[in-house]
Amino acid sequence: MTHHIVEVKEVEYSYPDTTPALNDISFRIVHGESVAIVGANGAGKSTLLLHLNGYLAPAKGEIRIGDFPLTKETLHSVRRTVGMVFQDPDDQLFMPTVFDDVAFGPLNLGLPTEEVSRRVEEALSTVGALHLKGRPPYKLSRGEKKAVAIATVLSMSPDILVMDEPTSDLDPRARRKLIDLLKGFEHTKIIATHDLDMVLDLCERTIVISEGRVTADGPTNLIFQDEGLLARSRLEKPLRMQGCPVCGPTQSSSGVKATT
Amino acid sequence: MHMADALLSPAVGATMWAATGGLIAYSSRKVKEELDERKIPLMGVVGAFVFAAQMINFTIPGTGSSGHLGGGMMLAILLGPYAAFLTIASVLTVQALFFADGGLLALGANIFNLGLFPCFFAYPLIYKKISGKGPSKGRIVTGAVAAAVVGLQLGALGVVLETLVSGITELRFIPFLVLMQPIHLAIGVVEGLVTAAVVVFVWRARPEILEMARSNRPIGNLSIRKVLVGLVAAAALTGGALSWLASSHPDGLEWSLFRASGKEELQTSDQGIHASLGQVQEKTALLPDYGFKKPNASIEEQEERWPAVDSGTSVAGLVGGALTLALTVLIGLVLKKRRGLSK
Amino acid sequence: MKIGSSLFDLGRLDRISNQETAIHGLDPRVKVLVTLVFIVAVVSFGKHEVSGLMPFFIYPAVLIALADIPLGYLFRKILIVSPFALMIGLFNPFLDREIIINLGPVAISGGWVSYISIMLRFALTVGAALILIACTGFNAICHALERMGAPRVFVVQLLFVYRYLFVLTEEASRMVRARALRSFPGKGTGMRVFGYLVGHLLLRTLDRAQRIHLAMLSRGFDGEIRILRPMRFGIRDLAFLFGWSGLIVAMRLYDVTGLLGNLVTGGAG
Repeated sequence: MTHHIVEVKEVEYSYPDTTPALNDISFRIVHGESVAIVGANGAGKSTLLLHLNGYLAPAKGEIRIGDFPLTKETLHSVRRTVGMVFQDPDDQLFMPTVFDDVAFGPLNLGLPTEEVSRRVEEALSTVGALHLKGRPPYKLSRGEKKAVAIATVLSMSPDILVMDEPTSDLDPRARRKLIDLLKGFEHTKIIATHDLDMVLDLCERTIVISEGRVTADGPTNLIFQDEGLLARSRLEKPLRMQGCPVCGPTQSSSGVKATT
Repeated sequence: MHMADALLSPAVGATMWAATGGLIAYSSRKVKEELDERKIPLMGVVGAFVFAAQMINFTIPGTGSSGHLGGGMMLAILLGPYAAFLTIASVLTVQALFFADGGLLALGANIFNLGLFPCFFAYPLIYKKISGKGPSKGRIVTGAVAAAVVGLQLGALGVVLETLVSGITELRFIPFLVLMQPIHLAIGVVEGLVTAAVVVFVWRARPEILEMARSNRPIGNLSIRKVLVGLVAAAALTGGALSWLASSHPDGLEWSLFRASGKEELQTSDQGIHASLGQVQEKTALLPDYGFKKPNASIEEQEERWPAVDSGTSVAGLVGGALTLALTVLIGLVLKKRRGLSK
Repeated sequence: MKIGSSLFDLGRLDRISNQETAIHGLDPRVKVLVTLVFIVAVVSFGKHEVSGLMPFFIYPAVLIALADIPLGYLFRKILIVSPFALMIGLFNPFLDREIIINLGPVAISGGWVSYISIMLRFALTVGAALILIACTGFNAICHALERMGAPRVFVVQLLFVYRYLFVLTEEASRMVRARALRSFPGKGTGMRVFGYLVGHLLLRTLDRAQRIHLAMLSRGFDGEIRILRPMRFGIRDLAFLFGWSGLIVAMRLYDVTGLLGNLVTGGAG
């Protein structure tokens, strides 16, 4: 089954002002995997993500989604397959009502109206936001907005879900709801995040990006135990894996006080 | 300086709407074909930005009072005329609907006054000429101030003309001008300065934005000229139509320019020269000089000009007025009560 | 207009427009049409008309009652925007001193009559516009406009303006607050700082617009905006449209006030 495979081969990319962003990135993600992409701010996570649905094109290297190499012609089908959810939900909820936003994608796919309505209802139920159908987006709480943003992508029935910082700015309860929701998805999941504890809950595999390069790619558990690697990549162990502040001394992953 | 429906007549309102409607349709087409589709969400979000920016105040040096940004000129410089025009139109529409700032009938006129002049006159003819291809801070400031002043002067002139031709106000042309233009001159200068402040900032941070706006619309090219020719033609047509209206419905429409020529008097009334002179005097003076008026002529004039006054002058009319009002209030209260019960 | 309070005001009108009453449920197109007929009728009276305008108050009265629109709120909004029109109108009593009505011993000049006419017109037209929004909602009006022929590019723009109004005014109010905490009257609130504030806001807005565009592209946007908004025209809507239009035209053409007055005074005067 070659569909649903995400393959990135030796991708290089530089920003318009010529600063290098990605250098020799290669990895392969297969159907149903949940992969976390972690790294410092500015390491290149978001830039990498934007390559996955064709918004950015690599200067060198190749990207394949399923059976398709990512080219101008295949863009349309790739965007059907890869559903991308961004960090700020206000950027993705731009229609007058929640219903309109979730219907936006299916309508663009050219589906008939009954099918569109059906998909909207289904997507909203999945994220637990069906009761918000008629609301204008600015009346939603942050957690509700994030849930609806996911629904806007689910209604297109993607096989691969790509998410950029899904749990940022959420209160603990909303965050837990979101993690539980994502646990139930069978899609291939690629999640860029700082929330390493969520990664422990959700992703069996982790790719570490540092200064535009892949510095590690393997099982989450192993990577999070490599303190040296984490420190070099400007990361720490997930909070759960650090010393308990109540019964033992707190220590940063490298034993050195973090400086900005 | 938003026009209100209360000062407008249907003829003027409809004419301005026709002109504006045409411009909106034209700009919409232009935006679709010339600018890339990226601009469409951008224009809406920038419209919201204009609202937000209008709510931020600044202190005007020397006066201590606070001012606000209008934004028309700024938009033209940063987005190019077509997109800017549509954005201004959308902002004014939201203002009219949501803030009741400017009437619905008058919206056409408002978009015309506050959108057309900055975008299609002041920006191409003044700002661009002054700032040129390689702008410097000084050129941006001069260009912005000059363009803002001219744009607002024209806009204010538009308000004056539209109000006068509607005939609801008693103000004459000259005094109205004296009222509006100086104020808007001052407003124009301030607007130009703050516009320049914003534009200079954007130009220093991201000059490509200004470049994009400049290059997207056809500069000094056939298109702008066509637009201007079309506008002049429309203005002439409108002027012609309105003056026809004015001459066939003399009641309520006093246009001092017309009257001053004296032609109307001699044609439509067979009153003496003295009365005619008195009328001319009256129209062009700031306050009617009772010394010149002949009571007889005035009464005849009155009957000619204000037939609708009949019902108002009679006692029945007044009683009826009070009664009507009372009835409407009663009906309203009753309905409200019934809703309250049925809820 | 203090930025915080005007934001609240925005939210309030939006809330009112989302209520559920019989009026709110009517097709937005008929409400827009009736409002336009109303405004044109009111505005078409001669400048000295006062009594003819009175019956027109029935429209706002009925709609305010049936659509649960708070009266005080409406009054305040009308008052806030009245200065320009009333100021211009105020010249009338000074410039037109011809006596045209005699109420017993009191002589009223044409100027005062036309001024009152202006005030009445103002209240009626502004009221009608506010009532339209209060019982229809901005988005519905946009959809109605599109159905009635407005260019789609423009309508979509209106929808986006409305959508991001709250987001951007909130951003702006945060900036104003930050500035307030670090400035004093006259120091730090001048034009140059304003230029920086607004410039920053603009750049962030442009970035946001780019992200929105990205989100749109990611969901298959191809330049054409499609909105699923079934609008059904029913008997109720037709009744509203023709009923009110008919009444408005009748009130414009016939002297209802005089009629009532004559009935009461037995034709005297």
